Amino acid sequence: MKNEEIIHADEDGFFTIALNVNGELGHMIVSRNETLVEALRHYGWKGTKKGCDTGDCGSCTVLFNNKPVLGCMMPAVAAHGGNITTIEGLGTVRNPHPIQQAFVEAGAVQCGFCIPGMILSTKALLDKNPEPSEADIRKALDGNLCRCTGYVTQVQAVRIAAKKVKAMKKQQEKLAAKELAAEKRKAARKTAKKAAKKNK
Amino acid sequence: MEEQKLSFVGKSFERKDGLIKAEGRAMYAADREFARMLYAAAVRNPRPRIKILGISDEKAKKVPGYVTLVTYKDIKGQNAWPVLDLDYPFLPEKIARFAGETVALVVAETQRAAKKAASLVEIEYEELPNIQDPLEALKPDAPEIGGTTDMKNVYAHFTIQKGDVDKAFEEAAYKVEGTFKTNYQVHGYLETQGSIAIPETDGGMTIHSTTQCPYYVVDGVAAALGITYNKVKVIQTVTGGGFGGKEEVPALVAAHAAICAAKVGRPVKLIYSRKEDFQCMSKRHPGWAHIEYSADKEGHLTGCRVKYVLDAGAYSTITAIVLFRGTVHSTGPYKIPNIDVKTFGAATSKVPCGAFRGFGQPQINFAQESLIDELAAKIGMDPVEFRLKNLLNPGEMTATGQKLTSSCGLSELVEAVRKKSGWDKKVNLHEKKGHIAKGIGISTCYYGVGLGAKGRFLDRAGAMVNIYKDGSVGVSVGNAEMGQGALTVFAQIASETLNAPMELVKTEEVDSSKVPDSGPTVASRGTLMGGNAIIEAAKPLRERLFKVALDMLIDKGGTSGKMIAHDGVFEMDGITVSFTDVAKEGWNRRLKMCEEGWYVAPHVSFRLDNGQGDAYVVYSYSADIAEVSVDTQTGVTKVDKIWAAYDVGRIVNPMLATGQAQGGILQGMSWSLFENLQYKNGIMVNPNFTDYVCATTKDKPEYDITFIEKLYDEGPYQAKGMGEVPLIGVAPAVANAIKNACGVRIDSVPLLPEKVWRAIKQKNAAKEAK
Ligand code: FES
Ligand code: FES
Repeated sequence: MKNEEIIHADEDGFFTIALNVNGELGHMIVSRNETLVEALRHYGWKGTKKGCDTGDCGSCTVLFNNKPVLGCMMPAVAAHGGNITTIEGLGTVRNPHPIQQAFVEAGAVQCGFCIPGMILSTKALLDKNPEPSEADIRKALDGNLCRCTGYVTQVQAVRIAAKKVKAMKKQQEKLAAKELAAEKRKAARKTAKKAAKKNK
Repeated sequence: MEEQKLSFVGKSFERKDGLIKAEGRAMYAADREFARMLYAAAVRNPRPRIKILGISDEKAKKVPGYVTLVTYKDIKGQNAWPVLDLDYPFLPEKIARFAGETVALVVAETQRAAKKAASLVEIEYEELPNIQDPLEALKPDAPEIGGTTDMKNVYAHFTIQKGDVDKAFEEAAYKVEGTFKTNYQVHGYLETQGSIAIPETDGGMTIHSTTQCPYYVVDGVAAALGITYNKVKVIQTVTGGGFGGKEEVPALVAAHAAICAAKVGRPVKLIYSRKEDFQCMSKRHPGWAHIEYSADKEGHLTGCRVKYVLDAGAYSTITAIVLFRGTVHSTGPYKIPNIDVKTFGAATSKVPCGAFRGFGQPQINFAQESLIDELAAKIGMDPVEFRLKNLLNPGEMTATGQKLTSSCGLSELVEAVRKKSGWDKKVNLHEKKGHIAKGIGISTCYYGVGLGAKGRFLDRAGAMVNIYKDGSVGVSVGNAEMGQGALTVFAQIASETLNAPMELVKTEEVDSSKVPDSGPTVASRGTLMGGNAIIEAAKPLRERLFKVALDMLIDKGGTSGKMIAHDGVFEMDGITVSFTDVAKEGWNRRLKMCEEGWYVAPHVSFRLDNGQGDAYVVYSYSADIAEVSVDTQTGVTKVDKIWAAYDVGRIVNPMLATGQAQGGILQGMSWSLFENLQYKNGIMVNPNFTDYVCATTKDKPEYDITFIEKLYDEGPYQAKGMGEVPLIGVAPAVANAIKNACGVRIDSVPLLPEKVWRAIKQKNAAKEAK
């Protein structure tokens, strides 16, 4: 997003901020001490959970410019001009993201309250480190409290997710390569046709 | 005529609600919005015990969006929350008994305004004497601060008397005794408590609540509003963890929201902050126990004396049921001929304690299993050998004189973990690398499934199974999903009974108006009670459908008459029809395709005067072995691995059962090592996850879990109950492992580094002195 867009405060101390949430560009009116998680939830992104308010549980984790942040620790105004991904932005209802599938497959979801945060922490980890070790995984998820599971299933989930994401990327690359090749062929055909016309 | 192998029960189906939750689409209480909804926030008692002289909203009124103050005067029904006793007022009139208690509520247009205004409400008060220590509360000269029995400051007391204990101790070859303590445990469900109350046009109230016990919520709301039950409808929201913490108290939260909503005539949402949740929602009772064991020359247990006190807090809530469970199991899973047990639930001026996974057992199990190891050591026996010699086996009598008839695999469990962990080699190894000492410890436990004799009036459950025209199936139950996987397990049980494919079966979250009062979803009773109710409902449907299927197969040319039903198809002589076709044909024939089921737990014959008789219908069992590394310089203990074996009857879904087991172990480990809620002068010091430490990914031990399925014929597909046993035995196993590692006995939970460190120092000093 462009930096020129200015946040302005009205006389009641409300700010209008512009940000991109899950690919939707829009404005939010937020108060001075409103946190990002409150603002997101107020604007309907209820997938982001609030478990503590003190930065300890990780259930409010979202991606801010592709980095994980705690929504309860970040003032909403600070998100102005940024790109935010919440759990709703990962997959679609019909087509869940491989990390989401991996968590279900591994049996890592119980009550589910910690899961959106866990999944976004996982996304951030795999973006940076597509083949994490167990220690990397434990470290990346250490800020996400889960009171239901014994954490093993989540470590497994991240492993499965890593494989799935890799497979997905390969698939995407293949597809991209195919498209590229198809386009090239098309272009070649066009020039050939043109040349043929000219020759006539 | 027909045969059926199990097609659905015993398989690891993925959770029905897994993907919805992973996509962030699950609607928890805080996620629900209604038109014209207002927000409530609580005004809390700032001091331990006060006399309320006045409540003023003068300053609060100035907050923009402020709507109204709600006090006890606004309660149109009875101002006494109906739990077991009636000592807890919905909102106190004269006296508030603990710091954090809800004294009044504020309603406002936004959550923020409500919180702000609540903080500006002024309570005028006088401080009253208070008691912090439960043992103080039991003294004759203690001030009277509560209590619901004939004894001052006591909410409940029980006894078990069997044989001649004095004689047993006189004649004993070996005797041990010890005093043990355990601290609070906070449930720490990630979703805090919350409710939305929506007034209906007929004067009724619809409640959306995060809860394990929707019918307790009905009780509470009807009482507070003074309206009939048929006007209260409770819809369970997706529940973000319970562990017992959403048993009794959601009724209080919902009643508060309802009182507000009834006053303003608009929907009111009340969502707790984490801090409030710490301060005033239920906890695991701190426990204090003095135990003595005696044994003969050969190492047979001959006697046991127990005095067990639970710190119940400012109101009774369900302390009696929690204490009852602790009492029945207090001598451990052993055959002991002479027993004298006395237990007390004592009032203090602190947060009222209630249900928590294990229900009064983890506290006493820690004490009793620690002491058993001391006894074995005194006799010079291996802890495993000693247990095997004394454990309950089928046909033997529990402390209450209950004969274990079926489904008891305790000795097998001990043998299993012994072998898998390499116990025999490790127990005498005392391996030490630098200042890291390794050790191994064992514990055993038994767990009466269901509510037992003290809660028997609640031990029934209902279900409704509805087969739709297209062959899809709706299952309504009265027992709640709170993360443990009930929706999936119930669907499997319905699938199995009907031979309906899993993907066609949907279990609904509880709606109190659809299914009659099924009691709470606690005490590992969900599967047993709800499952049996589903089977009751599905059985007549099954009969009808199977008849239709038979007709259809014969019509299609089947001749042998031998029908096999499996995996959602019906088969005869290689000809098949699907469940869907059969269901559709059932509708064509205008058969009744919806049925209700009702299951009542078998009678238990327990007598309260001497504590003898059948206390629970059936028991689940566990054996845990923990391997730890103790840093002898700092006292820090790390649990490396837990081997656990369970007999919980048939496992309906191995993946979910394993998940429950791992979660229970971790929660037990977290309690035994880290979790340390503190009070100072009657005020909670650390009501947050910053200073109240729970285990995280980096503390995760390795798990090795074995299920030994001793089938229980009364159970649904021979299942018993699963939720709690995994937590109970962890703390004593860890404590015994610490003893094995570095020779010190820590007699209180949490097993903090400073305690271990100090004990090691003392031991070394004593050694040097010699
Ligand atoms: S809500 Fe933000 S870390 Fe818990
Ligand atoms: S699944 Fe319940 S908190 Fe993680």
